Amino acid sequence: MSNIHLHYEVSGEDFTRAGEASGSVKKRLKALGYNTDAIRRVAIAMYEAEINMVIHAEGGFVDVDIFPDHVEVLLSDKGPGIPDVEKAMQEGFSTAPDNVRNLGFGAGMGLPNIKKYTDDMRIETEIGKGTDLYLTVKVKEA
Amino acid sequence: MNNKYFHSVVLDADLCCGCTNCLKRCPTEAIRIRDGKAHILSERCIDCGECIRICPHHAKRARSNAIEEIKPYKVKIAIPAPALFGQFNNLNDIDIVLTGLRAMGFDVIFEVSRAAELVSEATRQLIRDDKLKKPIISSACPAIVRLIKIRFPELCGNVMPLLAPMEVAARMARREVIDITGLSDDDIGVFFITPCPAKVTEINNPNGCEKSAVTGAIAISQIYPELTSKMDKLQTVEPIAQSGLIGVGWATSGGEAAAMLGDKYLAADGIENVIRVLEELEDEHIHGVDFIELNACSGGCVGGVLAVENPYVAQARIQNLRKYLPVSLNHLDQKDLGGMQWENELEFNAESFRLSDDIIEAMDMMEKMEEICKNLPGLDCGSCGAPTCRALAEDIVKGNAKETDCIHKLKAKIQSVYDQLGNL
Repeated sequence: MSNIHLHYEVSGEDFTRAGEASGSVKKRLKALGYNTDAIRRVAIAMYEAEINMVIHAEGGFVDVDIFPDHVEVLLSDKGPGIPDVEKAMQEGFSTAPDNVRNLGFGAGMGLPNIKKYTDDMRIETEIGKGTDLYLTVKVKEA
Repeated sequence: MNNKYFHSVVLDADLCCGCTNCLKRCPTEAIRIRDGKAHILSERCIDCGECIRICPHHAKRARSNAIEEIKPYKVKIAIPAPALFGQFNNLNDIDIVLTGLRAMGFDVIFEVSRAAELVSEATRQLIRDDKLKKPIISSACPAIVRLIKIRFPELCGNVMPLLAPMEVAARMARREVIDITGLSDDDIGVFFITPCPAKVTEINNPNGCEKSAVTGAIAISQIYPELTSKMDKLQTVEPIAQSGLIGVGWATSGGEAAAMLGDKYLAADGIENVIRVLEELEDEHIHGVDFIELNACSGGCVGGVLAVENPYVAQARIQNLRKYLPVSLNHLDQKDLGGMQWENELEFNAESFRLSDDIIEAMDMMEKMEEICKNLPGLDCGSCGAPTCRALAEDIVKGNAKETDCIHKLKAKIQSVYDQLGNL
């Protein structure tokens, strides 16, 4: 099946740039006339994941594949890894530092929200090596 | 009804020299320079007036009515925007402005700020009833409503389904005059005294109702000289004003939001700031807010391109004028809320920004766009007539431009032809 492939490098240096990749994907999905509910879910899930990448893993890269009926996203970093994925998935659990919380992030809703907005979510993580997060959002016809 | 969407912002082709000022300023990338003249892409224009503001050659202007056009009507009603009150130096009484409007030939003056107080009360009621999708986005700025309609599909349901104060004021003023005189609707002319071209558009393509009760709009900048001179010569000042500080406060950014009388609100002004807020709202990054006031112009309506005074000076004057006013002089009865509600929902217009209505074709076009983009210089100089290299790529795949419209590509091409000739 034909698809559009997009690649983004996410800088871990500048926190204020987090969200640029998800913003760019949102703009492209709108230009494609994509299903608006799917656009919203992709944008929110990807933004949360991008923020996670910057807060915890000093950046990484994002690969996005847009298909007519679904969107696949891979967010890959070389950060510290997630020691206990089950715990990280609990609402309210957070290891974010205070300076990030002051900006309104780090409420422990990142991963739970990503799961809520995607149709499929898979985490591959290794301590000290990094984390790959695979997301799929499907178009649900009204 | 007319198929073509009415825009108040128009170009005077004789004055346009094809420079890139408006092209680069337009927040919706709705302008292209073709054959040395600016063209507005109707489906993308939101009539915000930024191009009028920026054009150094005054080639962009807003269509509005001339004061002479009030003459044919038996009863001439002026409904001045509260922004008008911020335009005068040393003004301490709104009635001087309103009496000045009477001296210009209007029979009845009905301040839009009166209706604004009712809209504020209705909004408070709607928030209390908790039936609307939150946060509720104000529907008062027509440029913003149209922006949401063409660019933010998931936010259409958040726009407050109430008529704007201009429309409510026009309806109330008409009703009052008909009740007293028994005249028919056609005998009555209702003219909005406007700081803003988007309001002129709204009269022709109203939001939330089929037909506007407003007959026309007269720009503040147009009547300003005559109005000030009439105001200077007044013998007596009539007690016309019936607005409190809530209504008058609508003239500036934050005024409508403050009228919510709570603290869970946000007010943003200036089109770029507004777009950032809408993007964040769409991504659900804004929490704990019930009501959002958005104004396309910096400073709010006093910053409208048809106003004359510096918006921040006007803002300070409005603050002063409000000082000794009662909180609110207009109150709802249940009947009014019914008449204020939108007849139809805000529908997303997908046409404006999508490449094709067929997703496979759109994906194909986007792939070509990405390829073309890679080969463009990425300077976003605007010399090709499109605001960015990406916009040129879009125009090319849509068949509206060619790669050599880029002067840098053209230069490289000519160089290569020259080199080839040299090798012969």
